[in-house]
Amino acid sequence: MKLKGIFIILILGLILVGTQAVATTLEDVKAKGFLTCGISEGVPGFSIPDSSGRWVGFDVDMARAVAAAVLGDGDKVKFVPLASKQKVVAVSSGQVDLTSRTTTWTMKRDAKQGVDFTTIVFYDGQGFMVSKKSGIKSAKQLNGATVCVTAGTTTELNLADFSRANDLKMEAVVFDGKKEAFGAYISGRCDCFTTDLSQLASLRTTVADPNNHIILPEVISKEPLAPLVRHGDNQWKDIVTWVIIGLIEAEENGITSANVMSMKKNSKNPVVQRMLGASGNVGSFIGLDNDWLVRAIKAVGNYGEIYDRNFGPKTKLNIPRGLNKQWKKGGLLYALPIR
Amino acid sequence: MRMEKGGRLIGLVMQTVVVGGIIYLGYLLFHNTQANLEARNIASGFGFFSVEAGFPISNALLPYSPADTYGYAFFIGTLNTLYVAFFGIIATTFIGIFIGVARVSTNWLIAKLAEIYVETLRNIPLLLILFFTYGVVLAGLPGPRSSLNPFSGFFINNRGLYLPKPLFQNDFVFVLLALVFGLIIAFVVSRWSVIYRDKTGIVIPSGWIGLGVIIGLPAVTYFAMSSPLSWEIAVLKGFNFQGGIVFRPEFSALMIGLVLYTAAFIGENVRSGIQSVDVGQLDAAKSFGVSKGTIMRRVVLPQAFRVIIPATTNDYTSLVKNSSLAVAIGYPDMVSVGGTIIGQNDQAIEIIGLWMAVYLAINLIISAIMNWVNSKAQLVER
Repeated sequence: MKLKGIFIILILGLILVGTQAVATTLEDVKAKGFLTCGISEGVPGFSIPDSSGRWVGFDVDMARAVAAAVLGDGDKVKFVPLASKQKVVAVSSGQVDLTSRTTTWTMKRDAKQGVDFTTIVFYDGQGFMVSKKSGIKSAKQLNGATVCVTAGTTTELNLADFSRANDLKMEAVVFDGKKEAFGAYISGRCDCFTTDLSQLASLRTTVADPNNHIILPEVISKEPLAPLVRHGDNQWKDIVTWVIIGLIEAEENGITSANVMSMKKNSKNPVVQRMLGASGNVGSFIGLDNDWLVRAIKAVGNYGEIYDRNFGPKTKLNIPRGLNKQWKKGGLLYALPIR
Repeated sequence: MRMEKGGRLIGLVMQTVVVGGIIYLGYLLFHNTQANLEARNIASGFGFFSVEAGFPISNALLPYSPADTYGYAFFIGTLNTLYVAFFGIIATTFIGIFIGVARVSTNWLIAKLAEIYVETLRNIPLLLILFFTYGVVLAGLPGPRSSLNPFSGFFINNRGLYLPKPLFQNDFVFVLLALVFGLIIAFVVSRWSVIYRDKTGIVIPSGWIGLGVIIGLPAVTYFAMSSPLSWEIAVLKGFNFQGGIVFRPEFSALMIGLVLYTAAFIGENVRSGIQSVDVGQLDAAKSFGVSKGTIMRRVVLPQAFRVIIPATTNDYTSLVKNSSLAVAIGYPDMVSVGGTIIGQNDQAIEIIGLWMAVYLAINLIISAIMNWVNSKAQLVER
């Protein structure tokens, strides 16, 4: 009995010592056979389960692209819904390999919270939603208003900054989950609800009377949304970063999920040849084979296809591309050279 | 003999190895955490407590603005937790005793209603009860513009319950003095009446006299000083009512949910306490012609307390811990505010450690007080 006790302690000790030698995320993901990705708890357009329980959305597709590039199958992702205040800790503690969850890239998060941002996938900004019958036309009229907001977000900080900068007295009612916060606004607890504009548009589609709620014209912050990975694993960060850049570059060069195979075979464009692995060896730069981007594009399509599928005119959300247009069309999407 | 000595030695060695192993594991855990935090460039320590918080808190008991520090924000949250715990425990005690007494009532309807109350409340998860109370509070109440106004100065809407706020003028101190004076007189009268009763057998209604003095003296002073008290009444300005005393829906829903839920458990404690008193004692008291109420107060409850108190200590500590569910309905208690701090700062270990320390401290204090009360109750025995 006693020997057994010592044995157990020794084994426990070994496990603890063992965990200090961390495997790289890439090796880890390949060994597991799937990728774990943190997502939001259900924001239509970004990440929400469809009627068959499969996660769909813009953030979800980004993770599927990475899984396709690394593992060859866009379905080999285990999605972990995270509350706002968990999204950074879940990555820094290694609970998830990647978080693709409407997360704003800020200096503090990047430098001090144990995570690295990859590349911006969506340029957003914070706005306010009010009910139409309140008669409010501008955020500057919100003095004395009660605002529903989610805890642990940049939204919460921007709101405080905005009210201080404009000398508006606003009372914030802070909820743990976005659904609870929005629900409280809908039930009349608050005069307005605030979060990123894309999510306002998204959440508005979930209520019975979307036309009775309007989004005010003011955009009070810059919200560059980017997937994040654990600080210190540069190879993994490179993989996620370049898969996303690849999707943006694919749109610029007209490569779609439908034509990617024929483009690889027939394209005379050296840029396309390089990124699709018909020439050169860019895949090896990030520890993958030469078909990495072909698999990603085949799985989810290029950036434009992903955007249209989740936010485009055919969806309920219908969010205009705005800042998220290609640089050649006056937007901010500017893929870095893949070479 | 020798065998035993050897056995003892082995035992001692084993214990040393086990304790050493535990200390080593603790060290490894600490070292590993520290190393991992450093490897990921995550700050540690409480330095961030003096940094500006930047986020708003509604329902703050003391003045708070986003320009205050993280440390002060956490303190505001802790204050809210204490506030809920203190008033929650008081309210749940009264309701619990009421339910417990009703449970053993000889009136069939009352006993049945109390039973239904207990069985319903204690068998539903508290989180659902809180969602329900919050939902009812929000859905059942009108917006600020069409507030309910049951009495002049009272407003109820889905932004809160607004009460008139007393504004004390300087002369009000005399009213307070009169109250203290009245309390002293009432105390003396009650003491004296016991002695007088023991001597002569004549019962003086000292309770009524005391009550009259306690209310009468301050009242006379109040009018003599020409009403040194005015009321600030909430007024609808823009979006919301301003001024007065406000109880926000989040606070009200949390209080109602927590208190009703815990009262079901305390009611059961009270019932078991009452039923632990031997029936023979009740019969004996009845045969002396003692009234029902007096039997309850003088015979049953003092003995029942011995059974009730230890179990109720558990329920008080549960109430304090359960108040952390406030986060689900937007009341800024310590866990909610701490969660926000983690979200903004990601120093989870420090905040979680503080949470544990504060809850531990609150509950140790409650246990200490209840143990003291318990020892007093034990002394009453025969």
